[in-house]
Amino acid sequence: MSVSINVNDQAREVDVDPATPLLWVIREDFGLTGTKYGCGIAQCGACTVHVDGDTLRSCSAPVSAVAGRKVVTIEGVSSPAARAVQKAWVELDVVQCGYCQSGQIMSATALLEKKPRPSDTDIDHAMAGNICRCATYHRIRAAIHAAAKQLA
Amino acid sequence: MSLSQHPSVRQALLILATSCGVCSATAADLRSPDSFAAIADKTERSRALFVEAGKVIQSPRCLNCHPVGERPSQGADMHPHSPLVVRGVDDKGATGMRCTTCHQSANFEPSGVPGHPLWHVAPLSMAWQQRSLAQICAQIKDPRRNGGKSMAQLHEHMATDSLVGWAWNPGGTREPAPGTQAQFGNLIAAWIDTGAACPR
Repeated sequence: MSVSINVNDQAREVDVDPATPLLWVIREDFGLTGTKYGCGIAQCGACTVHVDGDTLRSCSAPVSAVAGRKVVTIEGVSSPAARAVQKAWVELDVVQCGYCQSGQIMSATALLEKKPRPSDTDIDHAMAGNICRCATYHRIRAAIHAAAKQLA
Repeated sequence: MSLSQHPSVRQALLILATSCGVCSATAADLRSPDSFAAIADKTERSRALFVEAGKVIQSPRCLNCHPVGERPSQGADMHPHSPLVVRGVDDKGATGMRCTTCHQSANFEPSGVPGHPLWHVAPLSMAWQQRSLAQICAQIKDPRRNGGKSMAQLHEHMATDSLVGWAWNPGGTREPAPGTQAQFGNLIAAWIDTGAACPR
C-alpha cells in the first residue's frame, strides 16, 4: 500500500505495509539514518521525530499514522529553536557517545518551540522519555537553558 | 411457583453464586443484573450491583488512568508509568512529552504500546486510585466531580464511550477488564434503576 508523507519538507511516497513502524520507513526506505533505533518499545526516545510540530516515537507509530502529515527528522530540523539547540549543544560539548542525541535534540527543540523559557521542571517533564546511557543529563539541561537564553 | 422461584431456594442459589470458588464464573467474569433479583431490598440490590460493577471500575485497566496525583500508573501491578509522564494542563501530557508522543490512535502490537484516539488521563476530580468503592461511587454520582454528567449521561459514558471500551481491548498481554462493556453497561443501568445506592 502506498503511503504519502511530507518528510523534511519533501513530499515522499512509500509502498509498504501500513503497519510498518515509521522508524523503519525513515531509515530503510528514505535513508535518513540520523534517527536511531534504541529500544523499539517507546522507552528510550532515540527514535524521536516531530510530526506536525509534536514529538513522536517513530518506533511505536505505524507509518499509516503519519500519512498526509508533516514529519521532521534530525536531518531536517531547522527552526530558530533548533539552531539555538545545535549551538548550545556544541558550546557545552553535551554529547558523549552520541547515540541518543538526535532524540534528545528533537525533544529539546520541540520543548523550546512551544515553551521558549522552560523551567527545570518543564525540562524534566519534556525530556523524561529520552534516556542517555552516558548520563549527560546535566549538560542537556544546561544546554536547553543556554538555548533558551539565545532565543530570548 | 417453580422450585427456583421459591424464596428459600433463590436465597440458597444466591449464596452459592456468591461463595462458590470453583463455579463457572472466573475473576474475569461479571454477573448479570438478573442474578441480583433475589435481593429483595431495592437499596441493598443497588449496592450489590455497584459492587459488581466495581470489579471493572477498580480493575487496573481503569484505575491506571484515574490517578490521584500527576502520574498515571501502568500494568496489572499498577507501577508508576514508565517513562515518567505527567497529566499536564489538559490531562494529555506535558509540553514536549504529550500522550501522543508514544500513544497512537490504536494499540501498536510491534512495540506493545497501547493506543486510542482520545488517550488521556482522567481529570483530578475523577481520581479513583487510593479511594474506596464507596468514595468512588459518591464521586461518579456528583456532577461537580463527574464532568457535569446526569445519571443517563453517566450510563452512556460507561456503556458506550470508546476510551472506556479500550479496557476490554487493551492489546498485548494486558488482562482486559472483567466481562464486557455491554455487561458493565447493563450493571450500571440496573444500579441507576434501583436508585444508584452506594456501598457503605
